[in-house]
Amino acid sequence: MELALFIIFGLIAVAGALNFLFQRHPINSALSLVTVMMSLAVLYWSLGAEFLAAAQVIVYSGAIMVLFVFVIMLLNAGEEERTTGSRMAYIAGFPGAAAIFCLLSFVFLTERKALGNANIGGYLNNFTSNISEISTVLFTKLLLPFEVTSVLILVAILGAVVLARKEQ
Amino acid sequence: MTHLLDSLSEFQIFLLITIVKVVVVLVITLTAVAYTVLLERKLIGRMQNRWGPSRVGPFGLLQPLADGIKLFLKEDLTPLATEKPLFLIAPIIALTCALISVATVPFGAMHRVVVNGKANADIFQIADINVGLLVILGITSIGVYGIALSGWASNNKFALLGSLRATAQVISYELALGLSLVGVVLRAGSLRLRDIVDVQSTHGLLSWNILGGFAREPDGHGVVGWTVVGGFQLLAFFIYLMAAYAETNRSPFDLPEAESELVAGYHTEYSSMKFAMFFMAEYANMITVSCVATLLFFGGASSPLGHLLPDNFGGPILAAIFPILWFVAKIFCFLFLYIWVRSTLPRFRYDQLMDFGWKFLLPVAMANIVATSLVLALRG
Repeated sequence: MELALFIIFGLIAVAGALNFLFQRHPINSALSLVTVMMSLAVLYWSLGAEFLAAAQVIVYSGAIMVLFVFVIMLLNAGEEERTTGSRMAYIAGFPGAAAIFCLLSFVFLTERKALGNANIGGYLNNFTSNISEISTVLFTKLLLPFEVTSVLILVAILGAVVLARKEQ
Repeated sequence: MTHLLDSLSEFQIFLLITIVKVVVVLVITLTAVAYTVLLERKLIGRMQNRWGPSRVGPFGLLQPLADGIKLFLKEDLTPLATEKPLFLIAPIIALTCALISVATVPFGAMHRVVVNGKANADIFQIADINVGLLVILGITSIGVYGIALSGWASNNKFALLGSLRATAQVISYELALGLSLVGVVLRAGSLRLRDIVDVQSTHGLLSWNILGGFAREPDGHGVVGWTVVGGFQLLAFFIYLMAAYAETNRSPFDLPEAESELVAGYHTEYSSMKFAMFFMAEYANMITVSCVATLLFFGGASSPLGHLLPDNFGGPILAAIFPILWFVAKIFCFLFLYIWVRSTLPRFRYDQLMDFGWKFLLPVAMANIVATSLVLALRG
C-alpha cells in the first residue's frame, strides 16, 4: 500500500516539477508547484508523519503558494518569452551540470556503506510523527535553531516593511 | 451474503464500509446544502416581512429540486477570452475542498461495527485522524485556489477584483481563525476531534468550552469545578465566529460578491452547473464551519443534559440516534445565526475589514493563547 502510494505520488511530484519548468505562463508554473507540494504531503502522510503532512499543506500550499498566485494575479504577469539562450550556457552549462551529476553520484556510490539505505515506501516509527514528541524536541534540543529561525523571519518582515514604505 | 463477506480480506471490508460511509455522508451533505439555501430564502423572507418561496410543494419544500433542475438545464456559457483549463477546474476545486473536510467530522458517539470479527470501523465518522483539526484547516486553505483562479481565468475585471478581495480576506482571517482554536486544543491536549469532544462531554452543557468547561480538576483529587482555562474560550469562540464569517465570504464580510459594486464578484462569468458548484461550495463551507464550531466549543455530538439520562436510554438504536440529533440541532442553530446576521448587518468597508482582522482579531487571539497556556502551565 505504502509502496503504491509512493510510486503514484512520487511520479506526480516529478511530473509537476517538470511541468513547472516547461510552462510558459507564471500562474501555470505556480500551480504545478502546488501539485508538487501536495504530493509531497501525501508522501509524508504515507510515511506516518501526519503532522508534517498537514503542516506542509497549511504552510506551503495554503499560505505561501496562495500568496504567489495572488501576486501573479495582481501584477498581471505576462507569458515568458523564450530565447535560444546564450552560447556560454551551451558551452559551459551542459558539461558543468553533467560533471556535477557525475561527481555527486560517484560520492554517493562510494560512501554507500557510511550513508546506510532506506526502503522505498517505508514507515517511520511513532516517535517522529507524534506531535508531543516533535514539540519536545523542538523546545529542548533544537530550541536555539528554532528561535534563530524566528528572528530571521522577523528580520525579513522588517526588510519588506522598509522596502515598501513610502519616502517622506 | 455472509459467504461473500467471508471471502473478503480485512482491508477489502474496511474499504467497502468506507465507500458506503462516504456516499451516505456526501448525499446527506448535498441535501443539507440544498435545504440550507431554502432555509435562507425562507428566513430572510420572513425577516423582511414577506413569504419567501411558497409555491413549489407544501410550504415551498420542493423549491431546491426546482432550483436544481433549472441550473442543470441552463445553457453552459463559456466566454471566448477565458483561460479554459483553469476556468473549468476552479469550481471543481472550490466544491471538492468544501466537501472533503466533512470527512473528519464525528457526527455521533463512537459506534464500532465489527464485520465477521475482522474489520471494525466507526460508523459515525469517515476518518478518525489524529490531526483532524489541522486537516480541516489545511483543506479550507486549499479552497482559496478555487476562488482565486476563477476570477483570474474569467478575464473580467469585476471577477478579478472579486477574487482579489476574496483571496486577501481569506488569507488575513485564516490566521485569526487558526489561532483562536489553539486554546481549545491546549485544553484537550490533542488535535483529534474525538478527544476534543470527549473533554467537553463529562458534565453535559456545563463542560462545553463556550460555558467555561466544567470538569474535574487536572490534579485528579476529584474536585469538580470550572477550569479557568475554559473561561477564556468564550472569547476564542467569538473570534472564531467572526473569522469564520469572513472565511466563508458571508455577510457582513461579503465584499467579494458585493453585487452593488462588482456584479457578482468572482463567479460573474459562470453559468449553469459551474455557477451551481460555487454556490454549493459556499453553503457546504457554511456547514463545515458550523460543524467545527459545534465540535470545538459546543461539545460536538454530546448531549447538553450530560449523564442525567442513562446512556442507553430508549434502547440501543435510539441511544445511537440521540447524539446525531443533538449534533444536527447545534448545526441548525449556527446556520440560523448565519442567516440572521445576513439579514441584520450591513456590509463592512474594505479598510474596516482589514483593520478588524489584523489589528483586533489577531492580537486578541494571540492574547488568548498566552493566557490559556499560562494558566495551564501554572496549574498542571
